Amino acid sequence: MTKREPFFWITVSCGIIVLAFILLPLIEMLSAPSAVMLKETLKDKDVVRSIWLSMYTALAAACISFVFGTPLAYVLARTNFHGKRLVESIIDLPIVIPHPVVGIAILSVAGKNHWLGQIMSELGVRIMGSVTGIITVLTFVGIPFYINAAKDGFEGISPRLENVARSLGAPMFSTFFRITFPLAWRSMLVGLIMCCARAISEFGAVVIVAYHPMIAPVMIYERFESYGLKYSQPVAVWLVLVCLSLFLILRILALPKKNRNHD
Amino acid sequence: MIELHNINVRLGQFRLKNIDLNIDSNDFFVLMGPTGAGKTVLLEAIAGLVPLEYGRITIAGRDVTGTAPEKRGVSIMYQDYALFPHLTISQNISFGVRYHAKAKSESGSRFERLVRELNIGHLLKRYPETLSGGELQRAALARALMVEPQVILLDEPLSALDPGFREEIRLLLKNLHESSGMTFFMVTHDFAETLSLATTAAVMNNGIIEQAGNVQEIFQKPCSTFVADFVGMKNILPAIFNKHTSRIGSLTVEMATIPVDTGGFIAIRPEDIVISTHKPASSMCNSFYGVVSAIIDQGFSYEVHVQVEDITFKSLITKGSLIDLGIREGLVVHLSFKATAIHCF
Repeated sequence: MTKREPFFWITVSCGIIVLAFILLPLIEMLSAPSAVMLKETLKDKDVVRSIWLSMYTALAAACISFVFGTPLAYVLARTNFHGKRLVESIIDLPIVIPHPVVGIAILSVAGKNHWLGQIMSELGVRIMGSVTGIITVLTFVGIPFYINAAKDGFEGISPRLENVARSLGAPMFSTFFRITFPLAWRSMLVGLIMCCARAISEFGAVVIVAYHPMIAPVMIYERFESYGLKYSQPVAVWLVLVCLSLFLILRILALPKKNRNHD
Repeated sequence: MIELHNINVRLGQFRLKNIDLNIDSNDFFVLMGPTGAGKTVLLEAIAGLVPLEYGRITIAGRDVTGTAPEKRGVSIMYQDYALFPHLTISQNISFGVRYHAKAKSESGSRFERLVRELNIGHLLKRYPETLSGGELQRAALARALMVEPQVILLDEPLSALDPGFREEIRLLLKNLHESSGMTFFMVTHDFAETLSLATTAAVMNNGIIEQAGNVQEIFQKPCSTFVADFVGMKNILPAIFNKHTSRIGSLTVEMATIPVDTGGFIAIRPEDIVISTHKPASSMCNSFYGVVSAIIDQGFSYEVHVQVEDITFKSLITKGSLIDLGIREGLVVHLSFKATAIHCF
């Protein structure tokens, strides 16, 4: 074997440092609580409720992103227009804004001093301290991830496939559901997973808009503040485990099928 | 059948300008032009896939300018075949059937016939990614023909194929055209394909139609230097006309026709220029002495450049005659061509 250059060893050692940096705290946290403690935590109704709330609000955010984000992602992938860059930058804004600022921004629209807030309160929609508020915040922070992933998926499909479908007699809707969607659904699913993941991890914006009802990250923070590290760890472990297993399942579903020509 | 009136398309920096074309029913029309001339854009405009800036498109007497692509009765087939990768060949071919009442009722027999004619029976259950270029081509043809379009648009159907398949598909296209009664509109950058397939043709360059009409006419009587060059007239020389003669540089040549204008170009095919070492016995009225200035190997033949005073003529000769005549650079040769070989414009 030829002698490795120093460059090789630098890349290897830097890689090991980065992996250790990510994995060490996580492994430490996951292994800290005992099995008994984990079991005890699971009996705590508040914990189960908060994890469940985290899951379904994140899922709701992903669904909303899917419904409203898909057409926009398609338009951005297929057309060129003046101001397209601007639209794309606006979509990316929630990624770069500090999280508490997001919460404050949403409250400033939802408050009684704003016409939108007044309309909503007349309709009986409450943002402050409600599940609706949590879903609003999570959609706000999660939707860029879905739109960008779906857009990339659509861009990867040759418009010629759609053109041929049209010329064979398929209207635009049929073309989308028979050609575009079957070819892009994996990208869309990956987008939904990323949107969900981003939503579940949100803390800063949610804590401003809705401290109660408590989503899991807020509960972890509260346990840490009032009882200390030891009592917040089991909740954290459960949240991570539930999320990881869910994302793993979805990720496997999104894997491209191989070797279908075995006939 | 297809009438294009003053078609204008703007796509970014590219423009199609004032395109007028008339294609008769059951024609095999071929649109030629170099890469980037706008041929595919015009194809997509006819299919309704590219918006017109202005202009009018009529297909079978029906104005389809504002009609959606799926209602035009036009099938498009792209150079990269564009088969749907998530569907089997069989599903690909039947894709459009459900949108056509007529095709639907007789889809079974039609499917069988196309599969047989195109010889793709063994491919039906496979996915496009495992097929060769020729197989993809035949599958894409079957899919386009399955919906019984009035017009079939073919975007460079032969250029992506291996030479062996190319001949096979060319024959297939010719047969399909004869048996189907459809109007074919094919795009190519290859003049030889046009000669063997087309009934009528047009040459396009830079977003405009340079010349349209009968293939033989385009081949023999190009109306611009671009078309002349495109159809292989290698000798294109600016000339001043005077009745039956024209002056090119310091030479005077005799022509068979009297041009209308007093100045323009003359064009001569390289294969019409004969090279000999002695003055030929035949009575070709245009004959000159010249010096061989270059010999270019083109595989099966050689292009010989002969310098006659201030003009360079290009002639095409076979490898055999090159050796027989002992032609080499610097040799003084005799060069002659018939008055009828000269085309002027």
